[in-house]
This record gives sequence, C-alpha cells and structure tokens, in this order.
Amino acid sequence: MSYKIVQENCTVCGACEFECPNAAISFTNDTYVIDPDLCTECEGSFDTPQCAAVCPVPETCVPA
Amino acid sequence: MTGNVVSLGGLQVASRDTLSKAMESEGCSSSACGSSDGPADMAPEIWAKVKDHPCYSEEAHHYFARMHVAVAPACNIQCNYCNRKYDCANESRPGVVSERLSPEAAARKVIAVANEVPQLSVLGIAGPGDSAYDWRKTKATFQKVVQQLPDIKLCISTNGLAMPDHVDELLDMNIDHVTLTINMIDPEIGTQIYPWIFYDHRRITGLEASQILHERQMQSLDMLVERGILVKVNSVMIPGINDAHLLEVNKEVKKRGAFLHNIMPLISAPEHGTVFGLNGQRGPTAAELKTLQDACSGGANLMKHCRQCRADAVGLLGEDRGQEFTMDQVPEEVTYDPSKRDAYKEWVAGEREERRAAAEEAKAETVATVAEDADALLVAVATKGGGRINQHFGHATEFQIFEVDAEGVRFVTHRRCDNYCVGGYGEEDKLELVIKTLEGIDTILCAKIGDCPREDLAAAGIEAIQDYAYDYIETAVSAVYRARMGLPAASAEIA
Repeated sequence: MSYKIVQENCTVCGACEFECPNAAISFTNDTYVIDPDLCTECEGSFDTPQCAAVCPVPETCVPA
Repeated sequence: MTGNVVSLGGLQVASRDTLSKAMESEGCSSSACGSSDGPADMAPEIWAKVKDHPCYSEEAHHYFARMHVAVAPACNIQCNYCNRKYDCANESRPGVVSERLSPEAAARKVIAVANEVPQLSVLGIAGPGDSAYDWRKTKATFQKVVQQLPDIKLCISTNGLAMPDHVDELLDMNIDHVTLTINMIDPEIGTQIYPWIFYDHRRITGLEASQILHERQMQSLDMLVERGILVKVNSVMIPGINDAHLLEVNKEVKKRGAFLHNIMPLISAPEHGTVFGLNGQRGPTAAELKTLQDACSGGANLMKHCRQCRADAVGLLGEDRGQEFTMDQVPEEVTYDPSKRDAYKEWVAGEREERRAAAEEAKAETVATVAEDADALLVAVATKGGGRINQHFGHATEFQIFEVDAEGVRFVTHRRCDNYCVGGYGEEDKLELVIKTLEGIDTILCAKIGDCPREDLAAAGIEAIQDYAYDYIETAVSAVYRARMGLPAASAEIA
C-alpha cells in the first residue's frame, strides 16, 4: 500500500514533502520520491493522501 | 529631508493618514496632489521604510534595485492564470523563474549580487509557489542573508492563505513589507479564478475554496496592518471576470489599511498552458487598465511603475540582470564586501537632494511662465535610472511616461517595447512597434537618436529630442513644456 510520484509530471515544488505525515517523501537525485515502506496512503492520519491533495499537477501522485 | 522628496516623480505612495486626507478632500487622489505625498505628511518610520524600496516608492525605483530568489516553490492554491509546469528562459512573467534554489545557494547568490550591484536594497521572495506556505525555506533564506547583510530590506509576496500563521515571525525577522495578491472580495467571483485551495489538510474546491481564501486574505491584511507592516495589494485584472469588481477590492483594501494597490494586467497566451491561456481569456488593453486605475484613484494609492518582473529578477525595475547571476556564475565561497553599496548609498543621498532641487526650480519656472489652464503634455523618456535622460533611443526596452502641466511633472506609467536597436543598427519593423507603443506621446527625450528614427518619429507626430542628454528628467520635461506653450525654454545646459 503506497503512492508513487510520476517523475515526468513532477514540477519538483516539494509541497508533498512537507505535507507527508510519515516523512516518506525525500528529494533524491533532483526529484522527489516516495519510500513505499514508509507510505501509509495517509490512512489513520488524514481523509485523503496529502501528496495527491496538494500536488499542482493532475495524475502525478498516484497509487503505486 | 524637506517635504518635497516624494512628490518629485508623482510618487504613488503615502501613509494611511495622507490617504485619508486625500479621500476627505473630495476625491483628490495622491497622484493629482503629489505634494501631499511628502515625508512631511508621512510618519517618519513609514518614510524610512519606503524611501529606498523601488516597489513602494516611485522615486526610489530610479535609484534602487531589488532581487528575487525562488526558494519557495510549493504552493497551496491553484490560480487559473498559473501553470506550475511552465518555465522558459525567454519568458518574463511574475511567478515564472528559471532557477530554483536551496536557501543556502540563495544566500550565496544574494551576497554575490550585493558585491556587484551597489543599487541592491531589497530582497524579495515572490515565487513560483507561495512564500508563506513554503515558510521554512523562506525563513531559512532570510536568516542566512541577514547574517551578512543586516541592512537589506526583506519582503515577501503571498496569496495570504497561510500568512496568518506566520505574521508574528515576520516581526521578529524585521520583514516590514508584504505583498498580498487579492483578486476578489466576492467568493462567487473567486470561483472563476481559483479552481482549488489546499487548506487544513484538504483540497477544497468551488465556492467554499474562495470563501476560505477570501476570509484568510482579509485576516492577513488586518493582522499585518495592525502590526505596522506595510501591505501592498496586487490584483490581476481579468476582463469580464473581476475588472469592474476591482473597484470594490480597491475600496475594501484601502479601508483596511493597505498601503498601496497595484493593479496588474492579466498576462495570458495559449503557449503559457494556463487555464486562461487555453480558454482564450484575454488580458486588458493598456487603455482598459488605465481607465480602471484612474477610476480607483480615490481609493488606496495605486502603483503605476510595476514591471511585473520575473521571480528571479535582479536589478533596477525595468532591467533584469538575472542571467548574469545564475548559480553556475556564483562562487562556492562569497564574502560580502560592503564598499560598493556604501559608496553608492552616499552618492544617492546627494544626488536625490540635487534632483529634488532641480525639479523644484523647474517647477517654479513653469508655474511662473505658463498659464494655469494650459493643456497637459505626455512626454516619453529613455532612461537607465538615476532620474536622468541617459539612454540611447535604440537601446531602450521601455519608456517612462511623464505628464506635465502648469502644476508640474508627474510619472504616469512606463511603456514597454522590444529592443529596437539590435547589434548596432535599427530595424524598420521594430521601429514601427516602438512608434505604436508611443501613441499619444508628444515628445520623446533620449540621450541620443539616429537621423532615420528621428524622421520616422516626426512623421508619426512625435518629436525626438536629444538636447537634454544626461539632464534630470523633471528639468528637461519642464523645459520642453515651456517651449511648447510658447514661452522661452530653459537652456539645455542647465542640469
């Protein structure tokens, strides 16, 4: 159970990084990536995955 | 400082008290009553805040430079005039920037610029993204910069949604200028501008989104004003959506104590990939913009010298030296050397005094020799800054427009045009563009102009004059005006 970031859509704004309640998102090799071991899809924290809710580009933070 | 410093170029700023006074005197706007804008009418602490800030003081924009660093790319709202994917080195639009920096890199860049650009007085964080939402990076950048440059003015630009959470930190960090972008005070209108916001861990759409945004914007404005932070309100004029409504916005933000209102035209083209660009939403014409600005002149003071600069702009307003300071040109280690900035500041202090005296002298001469009801003239000026006519016609990428009548000389606006002269020779079709840009202008003053363009301008009814090269703008414009009104012109030798 994890989300992923579609690299070619990502604008590298980093909003997902600081909204993530699990610190699962990090800036690695000039791009943001979600650690699937840490991602909970925000279950138990918020109603919807925060990365997808804040991301400015549609279809960029999506279920892996 | 005497009471006339800011009236020089028709400075478009004033204290709240000055604004109230202007309002009470039957709609006499500050732009029409330039003399009421002087520091004598302004609390000294407010004058101290604006006098070296090119965006808050029309006079200061002749002398001082700003730089923006793009360190806060995350945003908490979506606007229909913004596409977060878009970036292009040829573009020159607010919120568009080529280089995103870490706070550490940004601080190094600021020091490198301060060493090379002595006019630098202001560091702003404006986008892309929202400085108040991406607050950790904004704050880290400012903290690193002030360690080395304690005298630089810090300002931020924000949509206001996250601003109330950080207002008290602004005070701690001596940030005394904040720009709020407010495009509506009616959430129904907001639904046509903002498809969604991210607030309280939720993506919110529709009317609720605009309602929350509106409430937070008003809360931000009130909290900032309460704490004595100067607030400039930016509004994007979108024909058919908020153009008429901006009159109401102007009244409301003025009532709440905004220091300055800057109404900017929507920039919209399909290639920008924005909602407005793709759905054919047009921007306003220059005439529509001016009509709205004139209609607002009884409300909050209007800023007319905004250049809608890029979020990584460096330099005086109207110039952008950003490409000289990309990170690959900034050394790994930079140490601040205050000598250039200190020398420049000293020079400006004297220069401003002289310019003010020259302008007063010119004004007195005009008042004494021109009939009170003589028609006003519009004069274009090619200038590289410093309040002087010091640019070659062919090198001008914009002209500053001054209105002159028996009351004196006032800055009206700037008009942009493409560089007419490329590689040392003029191109005919570009000159046509420039002539179009100068519609309604009587005279253009520049440091130098070739015979061909001078003749073409004359054929279009515009006289180009280079006799006032390197003179103060007010001195020269007044002399031209007196000459036009049939009275002896002051000698061109008078500087």
